[in-house]
Amino acid sequence: MTPAVDVERETYLNAGHDLKSWLLTKDHKRIGLLYLFTITLFFFLGGAMATMIRLELMTPQGGLVSSETYNKLFTMHGVAMIFFFLIPSIPAVLGNFFLPMMIGARDLAFPRLNLISWYLLVIGGLFAIFAMLAGGVDTGWTFYTPYSTTYSNSWVIATALGIFVAGFSSILTGLNFIVTVHRMRAPGMTWFRLPLFVWAHYATALIQVLGTPVLAVTIVLLLCERLLHIGIFDPKLGGDPVLFQHMFWFYSHPAVYIMVLPAMGVISELVSTFSRKPIFGYKIVAFSSVAIAVLGFLVWGHHLFVSTQSVYAGMVFSFLSYCVAIPSAIKVFNWTATLYKGSISYATPMLYAFGFVGLFTIGGLTGLFVACLGIDVHVTDTYFVVAHFHYIMVGGAIMAYLGGLHYWWPKMTGRMYPEMWARLSAGIIFLGFNLTFFPQFILGYLGMPRRYHVYPPEFQVLNVMSTAGASVLAVGYLMPMIYFIWSLRYGKVAPDNPWGATGLEWKTASPPPLHNFDETPVVTHAAYDYSTVTGEGIDFG
Amino acid sequence: MGKFPLFPEQASTFAPEVDHLLFFLLAVAAFFTLLIFAAIFFFAVRYRRRSHGELPEVQHGAMTLEILWTAIPFGLTMVMFTWGASIYFREARPPDDALQIYVVGKQWMWKIQHMEGKREINELHIPLGRPVKLTMTSEDVIHNFFVPAFRTKQDAVPGKYSTTWFQPTKAGKYHLFCAAYCGTRHSAMTGWVYVMEPRDYANWMRGGESTGSLADDGAKLFQELACVNCHKADNHGRCPSLVGLFGSTVKLSTGGTVKADEAYIRESILQPNAKIVAGYPPAMPTFQGLVTEEGVLQLVEYIKSLGPSPAALGGAR
Amino acid sequence: MASHTRTETLALREQFDTEAQQKDASTLGMWIFLITEIMFFGGLFLAYTVYRRWYADIFAVTSSSLNVYIGAANTLVLLSSSLTMVLAVRAAQLGKRKALVVFLILTLLLGGVFLGVKAYEWNQKYVEHHIPGPDFHFEGVAQQGPAQLFFSLYFAMTGLHALHMVIGAGLLIVLIALAAKGRFSASYMTPVDVVGLYWHFVDIVWIFLFPLLYLIDRHLGR
Repeated sequence: MTPAVDVERETYLNAGHDLKSWLLTKDHKRIGLLYLFTITLFFFLGGAMATMIRLELMTPQGGLVSSETYNKLFTMHGVAMIFFFLIPSIPAVLGNFFLPMMIGARDLAFPRLNLISWYLLVIGGLFAIFAMLAGGVDTGWTFYTPYSTTYSNSWVIATALGIFVAGFSSILTGLNFIVTVHRMRAPGMTWFRLPLFVWAHYATALIQVLGTPVLAVTIVLLLCERLLHIGIFDPKLGGDPVLFQHMFWFYSHPAVYIMVLPAMGVISELVSTFSRKPIFGYKIVAFSSVAIAVLGFLVWGHHLFVSTQSVYAGMVFSFLSYCVAIPSAIKVFNWTATLYKGSISYATPMLYAFGFVGLFTIGGLTGLFVACLGIDVHVTDTYFVVAHFHYIMVGGAIMAYLGGLHYWWPKMTGRMYPEMWARLSAGIIFLGFNLTFFPQFILGYLGMPRRYHVYPPEFQVLNVMSTAGASVLAVGYLMPMIYFIWSLRYGKVAPDNPWGATGLEWKTASPPPLHNFDETPVVTHAAYDYSTVTGEGIDFG
Repeated sequence: MGKFPLFPEQASTFAPEVDHLLFFLLAVAAFFTLLIFAAIFFFAVRYRRRSHGELPEVQHGAMTLEILWTAIPFGLTMVMFTWGASIYFREARPPDDALQIYVVGKQWMWKIQHMEGKREINELHIPLGRPVKLTMTSEDVIHNFFVPAFRTKQDAVPGKYSTTWFQPTKAGKYHLFCAAYCGTRHSAMTGWVYVMEPRDYANWMRGGESTGSLADDGAKLFQELACVNCHKADNHGRCPSLVGLFGSTVKLSTGGTVKADEAYIRESILQPNAKIVAGYPPAMPTFQGLVTEEGVLQLVEYIKSLGPSPAALGGAR
Repeated sequence: MASHTRTETLALREQFDTEAQQKDASTLGMWIFLITEIMFFGGLFLAYTVYRRWYADIFAVTSSSLNVYIGAANTLVLLSSSLTMVLAVRAAQLGKRKALVVFLILTLLLGGVFLGVKAYEWNQKYVEHHIPGPDFHFEGVAQQGPAQLFFSLYFAMTGLHALHMVIGAGLLIVLIALAAKGRFSASYMTPVDVVGLYWHFVDIVWIFLFPLLYLIDRHLGR
């Protein structure tokens, strides 16, 4: 057997090595990696703040930091995690990298706009980091008025500007994805042959494009109020502080679907590949994504049940909030049904998928609690809500993100990550997560309000449990950081299709060439047709 | 550290209702959680990949199944919705005979005023067995009056009045928390609600210095701020008489009408030209900045004392 | 099918397979962008609507202090600029370079007139102390707060609109330069098309702003 010739195959990674070829790239794959780098930074920044918060909450009277600092910590934790980690994460990293490949395109419709999107996130991020370093902001990530406009003595304007700029990153990404899915599909790639990942990102893009501009104008008004005292949210000048809440949540509720729909798209891919079956009820799942996007715009008032919003409006929003839960439930049932009579592999991505379905189920079911008017009056603004959204955002979205990262790592880097360490960290993350956040449901119903620096001593036991869980979770998150970097040099070289998956991205080399496909592929079969990939893939057991 | 409570005490008529609803939701949630976890676990074990190249049979979707697992969850959620909405609706409708107490939130304390004149800071004493209605506002940012044992919660918003009500069922001492983030000492803006047997409450009311009722304070303010110069009782002043005003329907210069409730009176004091009574000139100056929110509440109580009882309002607001 | 070794041209960039695909994508992209703009302006319209309802009387008085004749004239100016823009697009479709340049310049000039008139109106407001801030004072209303709120919203909405017009003017300047150099032809005039869409959108926003700010309840004011 002749030894392999040592000629480096041209891939998107080695087509240009200097800084300029990265910072001025038009390649969606490189842009995906630029985003990966940026959001990972913000994840650890937000995580550092979470660590401080949980340490402080071990004792009822605090002691590590002052109240002012604590308030800044939870504010900046929210801002960093939501606007600079979760909202970009899956779409900007995995969506950017794989959406064009999945539909058989060479790139997105507007590659330079894609690069501008990344720069906008970075610039917004720099504003936010500046605000953090200059002294921090303490309004909560929700910036309620009149505290944020008139009373807070912190870096509100810099932070709000950072979020404003980052918002345009999200809008342009959404715009790019919509045009790409409409106009760049390869011949034969009909809508109902699209991977569900693409459907999910299309639905997400609709929200990004329609919702984020409202956040932008809300921030503009917030800044005008803070700088010029125009009176729009100031009751002393005739304004209404609750108007801010309506405008803010009109975006920020759909925003949570920006964070979870792409995650659901990832899960569809993972469950299918590692059951070696098409997703049960493909069309229903596809339509559910769109239904969630549409209905998600109609429920914002459920954040205002105790805000002096009218009782009748509250009832309408509660009803609609129950409606939006249904398509998510449908997806959970369909994913579970996919496993029936499948060929189930326990590879790491599948473990993350299992974790997602379980934890999203719990998080989504607790959504039914907060949608319930009678219960929400008691649990809103308590740790119950904190637990609810962390189950979805962390137990759900972040697990899906990690699952996707493991799944597509071989394709992106040409290397396998170490499977046993990866399964171990998935387990540690699952365990640590539940230990951290389940006690918070109980804390919330007991009455511990959120955003509390100090608390009555009877809440301490549950807080200590939560902090203990957080330390396990932290270990779980550090492990992939380490072994992913390790794998770049020492990981096993990856084949084109390690998982035996369908999907056009697996037809290219690992890592892919610069232009994805030498020739535009022609699609002739349905999505998730595993008869076309028999024999491919590594045996993982 | 003996007890490990999972629920707060039930100290109001709402508390057991909310807890029962919670149990229903818990049962449904537990059922579906166990169902999904069990299904995943069972399928993952039963259908574990046996050989590398195996190709499972494709399952085409089943419409019946989809409809079933759409309709059943929808039905269950509609039960949750209706049940929760009914509690919420009743939480928004204080009974006519509720004891009225006023609350002003400010960074970072609760100022409570009883009609009889007693004032409290961060404490609320109420009698057992009577409905209590709180009319609240804030002097600065949004606060929130939260009593976990009562299962009630409501924002106190600057510039407007909000109300919440509860009927205590158990004597004792219960946490009061501010549940809307309001700045540096948000987590210190806490206090206690004391539910007392009616006799103890009466004693407590009588005790301490006699400051006069809220309405008396309001009467004093009415004189001090010279309201009495225009608002003469005989209706011959430049301004309408305030006797019998509270609860009545007022005709406005624009042709419309308005119910003279607490919010209308507050607005008339702070923004007098927002609504002009028909037949009168817009002559009233504003008292914004000249009277505090507590002062406004005292004036409201005084004006109430001049007219029909709160029952005339039919429990609105 | 097309391969990546093909040279890239303006009309056919490397990510696209055909010129028609690129044109379609660019046009769809601009339409989606305009929808985001509708949502952006929409937030301001919402705030204005809420406060208009709350303070109907005061807003009626303050809005009638705006000069409706100037506003109407400006509306005609902007509508005319949309006409010249459409004619520019038509000229581009027919490959008529000179006509294209002339109509683009006319559009730019009319846009400039609009902005100039706007600047005059704003200056009027400044002179009359109707600019929100410490110098604000509006005669003849019971409460200054809501009156100032009207003008805050007026300046926010017309200001945002003017900003979009300035950006549009910038885009027109670029188009004029490119058109003069002969960069467009009957087969490639997508930039003219999409800037045209943008310009029409900015015009339509004004068509909404004018009645909302100048015309509603005019008979009730003063």
